[in-house]
Amino acid sequence: MKTSRLVIVAVGGQGNLLASRVLGEAALAAGIAFRMSEIHGMAQRGGVVESAVIFGGARSPIVSDGEADLLLGFEPGETLRAIGRCHAGATVVTSIHPLPPFTVAIGRGRYPAIDDILARLRAKVSRVIAIDGQALALQAGHPMTLNMVMLGALAHTASLPMDADMVRGAIRAKTRAALVDTNLAAFNLGFNAAAGA
Amino acid sequence: MLMLGNEAIARGALEAGVALAATYPGTPSSEISSNLFQISRECDLYFEYSVNEKVALEMAAAAAACGVRSMAIMKHVGLNVAADALMTLAYVGVRGGLVIVSADDPAMFSSQNEQDNRYYAKLAGLPMLEPSSVAEAKEMVPAAFVISETLGEPVLLRTTTRINHSTEAVTLGALSPRRSRSAFVRDPQRFVTVPAVARRLHARLLQNLAAARELSENSPLNRISGQGAWGVITSGVSALYVEDAIADLGLGDRVQLLRIGFSHPLPAGRILNLLRGCQRVLVVEEGEPFLEEAIKALAQEEHLPVAIAGKREDLFSRLYEFDPATVRRGVARFFGVEPRAALAAVDASDVPELPQRPPNLCAGCSHRATFYAVKQAAAGSDTIFPTDIGCYTLGFLPPLAMGDYLICMGSSVGTAGGFARVSGQRVVAFIGDSTFFHSGIPALVNAVFNRHRFTLVILDNGTTAMTGHQPNPGVDMEQMGLGGFGRVAIEELVRALGVSHVSVIRPFKLKKSIAAVREALEVEGVSVIISRAICPLLAKSLKQTRAKAFTVSERCRNHRDCIQALACPAFFIDGERVRIDPHLCVGCTLCAQICPEHAIVPLTAEVTP
Repeated sequence: MKTSRLVIVAVGGQGNLLASRVLGEAALAAGIAFRMSEIHGMAQRGGVVESAVIFGGARSPIVSDGEADLLLGFEPGETLRAIGRCHAGATVVTSIHPLPPFTVAIGRGRYPAIDDILARLRAKVSRVIAIDGQALALQAGHPMTLNMVMLGALAHTASLPMDADMVRGAIRAKTRAALVDTNLAAFNLGFNAAAGA
Repeated sequence: MLMLGNEAIARGALEAGVALAATYPGTPSSEISSNLFQISRECDLYFEYSVNEKVALEMAAAAAACGVRSMAIMKHVGLNVAADALMTLAYVGVRGGLVIVSADDPAMFSSQNEQDNRYYAKLAGLPMLEPSSVAEAKEMVPAAFVISETLGEPVLLRTTTRINHSTEAVTLGALSPRRSRSAFVRDPQRFVTVPAVARRLHARLLQNLAAARELSENSPLNRISGQGAWGVITSGVSALYVEDAIADLGLGDRVQLLRIGFSHPLPAGRILNLLRGCQRVLVVEEGEPFLEEAIKALAQEEHLPVAIAGKREDLFSRLYEFDPATVRRGVARFFGVEPRAALAAVDASDVPELPQRPPNLCAGCSHRATFYAVKQAAAGSDTIFPTDIGCYTLGFLPPLAMGDYLICMGSSVGTAGGFARVSGQRVVAFIGDSTFFHSGIPALVNAVFNRHRFTLVILDNGTTAMTGHQPNPGVDMEQMGLGGFGRVAIEELVRALGVSHVSVIRPFKLKKSIAAVREALEVEGVSVIISRAICPLLAKSLKQTRAKAFTVSERCRNHRDCIQALACPAFFIDGERVRIDPHLCVGCTLCAQICPEHAIVPLTAEVTP
């Protein structure tokens, strides 16, 4: 099986680690080999959380710069910051709802315009899917379902080694029972939004 | 099932029948402990959060001296704290198995240095295992207990962040029954290390090391694969990068790969076998040239003409961590093969500089209030602020900028005395409650005895927050719903140490706090301020607080003192207006107290999620 390398970037608290865990569970259930790793040292303190999922035969649990086939970003500025992780043929799936870091509020740095971010992403890689993950999460019923929205959009790109139903199965089996319906609704909203993006 | 490396290590310990485990929390080791803590509440496994790593190791050492399988878990720098115990524990050895987990952090994702703890195995003369993957980490724990009991020595299990925080499918094994009680059988000629005893024990240790060498030589944890006149020797997570590199470069039939899992003492015979069969050997290891220097020494002793390299400017660095591409490039360069036609990497050099997103004190964090109060009280005098290890280290960032010196756990208090003696500047040191218990107390005693002049601010937020809200001796465990614990009151402790000026402040009462700090700054000698307010994340998880968000009203004249002085992440700029995110604000009222227009007021409208 061809190796496919996914990097997920998010701001602490956006649910990155649950998203990668769901993909790992889906891969496990489907009998697809995978490796995962995460860096979350100061996740709760507003820093960046990055995880990597490598599907296929590779043994390494991390992705080198320029080698990601897929980049999933929960925050557009962080997606752009991580674009160097990709190769030119990569697919990028990003939310367009910005969460400017507090450094912007205290005048240390300027947050770029979303259109500028998207234009730069599009100039770098062959395929960019941009959706308003935050709005869809609220539509699904809870802002914390952003991660499921983004997984839905990722699944729609058909660049994962498993299909959307396998990911839905993992959401059903591995996310909190009380939230499964909301999570699935969020996943489907992301999936459909990616179809139109 | 899917397991994080740290979950797999905890599982491995249970499968080995571990009966006592002790730790001081530290990333990247923390989840090993949090899992064992939870499990210990439901069975006869004894687990404790010890006051520091040295005590944790001593707990485990005593249990092992009684014949009980035990474990001490810490991050790499924690082993520095425990090193005093470790060095002589190696002399007396153990009866029941004892495994010491040292979780190293190459690239310093959440540490103050990236020291390579493999040297502790060499320094202490102890066996060491290094897993390359999550599944192997689980398998190595029972193997380490067997080695420990075979030799009668503690065994180091050395991991790195990429093992601790990787996730993999793991096959569970059977749980072994625990032997949780065993009487201590006296043997002072072994366990009381007066010089006459210790001289014999050192000889015993060297014999054990020779026996360990035999175990390593024959251990299935060291494996050889592939064939050819080129060799690669590697250990830890680097082995995975090497395997991928060999596959990607198509070198499977040209390279012999020796993966060393039992990395002290080294399997010298197997290494020599490889060296004899190869013209060129590359050593791939993160951190220091631990394997490389030993391998070069072996080659020299045997007068082998083989070319050996590892750490070299054009190959591998001693800095930070490796990644698959770095290792692939190094392998290709050393053996002179074409690097794989790389994918066209995105050129990100023209991406404009994005605003940094450093970790920050949370909205409503009591440390922000304390730092602000001290900053106001000390304004106008040149003050040095030694700080310490915890969330509050983040206070060194602007605009608070409270933190001038930090080297290790407890260093705020020890260095405060030194700064006070020679600098001629005022000194205010910061330390958290857990860190104070860990290693701040002796330095405070020192300051009282030697009459150093500084103010120590103990930031008591009722938990060990940075590593995930572990308890510490000052925590009210009943409140956490956990029985069976004592409690040490910081205020009584500090007074008992002989500190004459002790005040307790509630940092969100800003005016009173500033006044109390000013008073403490005037004291000749040591003064202590205990700033007490619960961590807002903990309060939220205990459902102790209901967030009552504030908002910026029309009275705002855009002074922006709130943002400029506090940098609370709940603030954002909307056009030209300052706003507060009602989902982040917990209603700590700090900003409302400093607003010159009194423009920040409770948001009375209901906050919808």
